[in-house]
Amino acid sequence: MSKQDNQWPLWEVFIQSKTGLPYKHAGSVHAPDKEMALQNARDVYTRRSEGTSIWVVLSDNIVASNPDDQEAFFDPANDKVYRHPTFYVMPEGAKHI
Amino acid sequence: MENQELEILFQQKIDREEKIEPKDWMPEAYRKHLIRQISQHAHSEVIGMQPEGNWITRAPSLRSKVVLLAKIQDEAGHGLYLYSAAETLGVTRDEMLNALHEERAKYSSIFNYPTLTWADIGAVGWLVDGAAIVNQVSLQRTSYGPYSRGMVRICKEESFHQRQGYEIMAHMAQGTPEQKAMAQDALNRFWWPSLMMFGPHDSDSAHSAKAMRWKIKRETNDELRQKFVDKTVQQVEVIGLTIPDPELKWNEEKGHYDFGEINWDEFYNVISGNGPCNKQRLSHHKKAHDNGAWVREAAEAYARKKQKSVAA
Repeated sequence: MSKQDNQWPLWEVFIQSKTGLPYKHAGSVHAPDKEMALQNARDVYTRRSEGTSIWVVLSDNIVASNPDDQEAFFDPANDKVYRHPTFYVMPEGAKHI
Repeated sequence: MENQELEILFQQKIDREEKIEPKDWMPEAYRKHLIRQISQHAHSEVIGMQPEGNWITRAPSLRSKVVLLAKIQDEAGHGLYLYSAAETLGVTRDEMLNALHEERAKYSSIFNYPTLTWADIGAVGWLVDGAAIVNQVSLQRTSYGPYSRGMVRICKEESFHQRQGYEIMAHMAQGTPEQKAMAQDALNRFWWPSLMMFGPHDSDSAHSAKAMRWKIKRETNDELRQKFVDKTVQQVEVIGLTIPDPELKWNEEKGHYDFGEINWDEFYNVISGNGPCNKQRLSHHKKAHDNGAWVREAAEAYARKKQKSVAA
């Protein structure tokens, strides 16, 4: 079986474990189309009611930042401490702020 | 940056217990080691469905049948989690299956033993899954992120498997003398192969030292094997069976059980393809794969057709 075999496109699976919570990456599945991708994701990743909702996305359609560029990429946030509440000096005795 | 420099940074990251993620720089040997280990782990889950599948039609009750089906379905799921983790390293599903079929990739030697009686299904769940759990609990802390996350998921599901097997053994051990003898016989046949699942002694293990330094493995083969023996002895006693090892003895000083030497000739013999079921397992996998080819093609043709009609 050394011939190229058809394993279908790869899809990334995101699961929301409870209403109100964010979707979390669970892994991937192979499927020929979006309906089967959803069904495969359900069978592979939620056999014990781990989810209330599933997203599937073609892996090729995901754009990811490069870890090698991490420093430069996130640099703009590094010198902006004024984005945090602790940056500000509050008058002595002020409450509920 | 030079490779040498990158490798130092990589090792520092591992020493700080930070996980390595798919797009991070990693030494080629680390990537290769992981692809080999994760794909063989995946193959083991999938080939492991066969000895259990052997008993689905003959399970002694409806309860035991649905449970066995659910367990085998989990094994398929575990195989898929692991293939998915391996794919993040740049290897395709196709390449991994080819490696299995061309016998370049191995799977756990335990699945080359036959399941002759219903008690064997008990022994497989209790001992084989039990040994796998000891290994997988340790691998939850492995340094590669996707592998580690897969292990966490698998460990959550695996303890039902072990309890399912132990329940079968406990029932049979309390049954008629014939049933008890069957349970003891299953223990006799599966005990030593289960200990072999942890691999060669640390001193003889080709891949161990590097895997420990890279924290792919967190505990050595011998440490994990000792853990398994220590926790299993009491479970054997509770159901009134006997471990087939005259040298098994509690060592007060070490706080561990001493046990006899494994028959390593048997281990290497089975690994190199001469176990009782090696040929059967592989040819069955190939057959199932080839027989499913038309399904994969048909589903893809259908997806293409639907896409066309949407575009039109």
